[in-house]
Amino acid sequence: MDFWTEIPSLGKRDLRDLKKGIDSAFRGFSREYGDNIEAFFDPLYYFLVWLEKLLIAAPWPIILFAVAGLSYLGSKSWKLALGSVLSFVVIGYFGMWKDMMATISLISVATIICIAIGIPVGILMSRYDRVQGAITPILDLMQTIPIFVYLLPVVMLLGIGRVPGLIAVCVYALPPVIRLTNLGIRLVDKEILEAADSFGSSYRQKLFDVQIPLALPNIFAGVNQTIMMALAMVVIASMIGVKGLGMPVLQAIQNQYLTLGLMNGLAIVALAIIFDRVSQRYGKRLQAHRYGKDHE
Amino acid sequence: MSDAKLQINNLYKIFGPKAKKFVPLVKEGISKQELLDSYNHVLGLNNINLTIPQQKVQVIMGLSGSGKSTLIRHINRLIEPTSGEVIVDNKNVLEMSQTELREFRRKKTSMVFQKFALLPHKTVSQNVAYGLTIQGVHEAQAKESSHIWIEKVGLSGFEGHFPAQLSGGMQQRVGLARALATDAPILLMDEAFSALDPLIRTDMQDILLDLQNELQKTIIFITHDLDEALRIGDNIAILRDGKVIQEGNPQEIIMTPADDYISDFIKDVNRGKVIRIKSIVTKGSCRGPNLISSLTLENALKELNKSKTKECNVIDEGGKKIGKVSLDSAIDALLKTNVSTNERYK
Ligand SMILES: Nc1ncnc2c1ncn2[C@@H]1O[C@H](COP(=O)(O)OP(=O)(O)O)[C@@H](O)[C@H]1O
Ligand SMILES: [Mg+2]
Repeated sequence: MDFWTEIPSLGKRDLRDLKKGIDSAFRGFSREYGDNIEAFFDPLYYFLVWLEKLLIAAPWPIILFAVAGLSYLGSKSWKLALGSVLSFVVIGYFGMWKDMMATISLISVATIICIAIGIPVGILMSRYDRVQGAITPILDLMQTIPIFVYLLPVVMLLGIGRVPGLIAVCVYALPPVIRLTNLGIRLVDKEILEAADSFGSSYRQKLFDVQIPLALPNIFAGVNQTIMMALAMVVIASMIGVKGLGMPVLQAIQNQYLTLGLMNGLAIVALAIIFDRVSQRYGKRLQAHRYGKDHE
Repeated sequence: MSDAKLQINNLYKIFGPKAKKFVPLVKEGISKQELLDSYNHVLGLNNINLTIPQQKVQVIMGLSGSGKSTLIRHINRLIEPTSGEVIVDNKNVLEMSQTELREFRRKKTSMVFQKFALLPHKTVSQNVAYGLTIQGVHEAQAKESSHIWIEKVGLSGFEGHFPAQLSGGMQQRVGLARALATDAPILLMDEAFSALDPLIRTDMQDILLDLQNELQKTIIFITHDLDEALRIGDNIAILRDGKVIQEGNPQEIIMTPADDYISDFIKDVNRGKVIRIKSIVTKGSCRGPNLISSLTLENALKELNKSKTKECNVIDEGGKKIGKVSLDSAIDALLKTNVSTNERYK
């Protein structure tokens, strides 16, 4: 009768031994190679710190000027540029300037890394069905696995700090660029590709002259999503020691500081809206030729 | 410059994962439907043998799904064959290495597509120069030579426009200029004008015929429109279920359709405008006036009717007598609408 009421399971002691075994093996691995792995990520650490310091040290009017310039260049909209500058002023006025700079530097570096890894991987996936078959489940895993589950081994390997935080953000934010690069290239009109082939294009010529330019709106939608997901990770990243707007939110949750939490939360939202609108407008302009408008 | 021998031998194409396995079955005569029903493979081309006349317009005609696109894509190998050969200048295109094939596509063939297939992110001038830039021609030079072709297709002033800013007809002119810009001797046109309105289509046919007069390319022109085929083609091949069921010059096809499928095809054609008296000429001579052999029935009828004997002599372009025609035979040719009535007459 036992058989029907109790699912067969490993004995308690066996289970404990198994967990212990794996844990100690990973700990051993971490002790052995942790330093090397950390050293491997050192350049990233220095870059991140350098950018953060640069942004914090720069006089605020220059930053505002850059914000205005970049958001105008991206969106070609005075309203958006003005809105961005105003948001920055307000965030600074309420004492969150430094945290905002730290968050911006984290998001920027994370986005650069995601693009640098994501676009080539997406291109490979679009070229080989097998690569697509192998990578798609990994992407699914990256997007569904609870963040804390992979946070743990990262922290065990690299400790607490900016780099593990950055890696966690990247793991979470990477899939959209990869997926949309792959999709964008695969969606390029077959007849246009035939035309490129019929004139004797090589694979490289086709890729850089036809496929990537035509996939750009999709690739850019992927970048946009990646930025949004990176921003969404800011609070969680602060749990493993990443400075920025997430840290006060975390504090606020732990100590029930309502105003602190709200202010920093709103600042994150403001950043998200600015990044989103500017990058979306930019993405739209990339396909202006489709609607018969002149190139800018 | 513009000559290349083009010959297709025993070409088979079967779509499906085990295509090669079914070639013997197809050779034994299994039908397209049977192959699909029993083995889930699609018969694309079935033993195509064609010698394409140099510097002429070869039309390939057939209903949708008859294998026209499949056939033309074998000539520049956008589709891999299941078996057979495509010989261009004594070389089998289907056996070329990737590098040879690229070189072949750059220098020997160019293609015009049904839905234009222009590069939407490039300007008219960049589109026309595309083939040249692929060959590594310097941008300034490519732009300069593309300009000539833009002018020839009547698009001067639109160099900086994007395809989306142009009408369908204008877009296909860009497609044509792009194909001509590489100076390739073989021009492949897959239903190039089918997507255009009738009036614009006639315009494009005129442009093509004018250019062909000057350039003398070997053109493979696909269409499902008989009027277009008769207007452009020096030679016509008719495809059905991946097989060539008749091949010949337009007169032959109209006068002696090989089967009901083709009779059906040609039943709506305006015979008076299409058939020329050289197709009904008989031996002998008469006392009537001389008519030139390329005269259409429509025009010949008037002359024949005026002639006292209801007969006229036929001369060729050089003025040499080649025979005679009678009013009766002209009316006969005008009325024979298909094979079956043809038989009833006898
Ligand atoms: N990639 C493919 N896979 C399977 N069947 C195909 C493929 N391409 C074409 N076919 C089939 O081959 C036949 C000929 O097609 P196609 O050459 O496109 O005809 P057409 O251009 O005359 O309309 C059709 O029955 C079509 O369904
Ligand atoms: Mg077709």
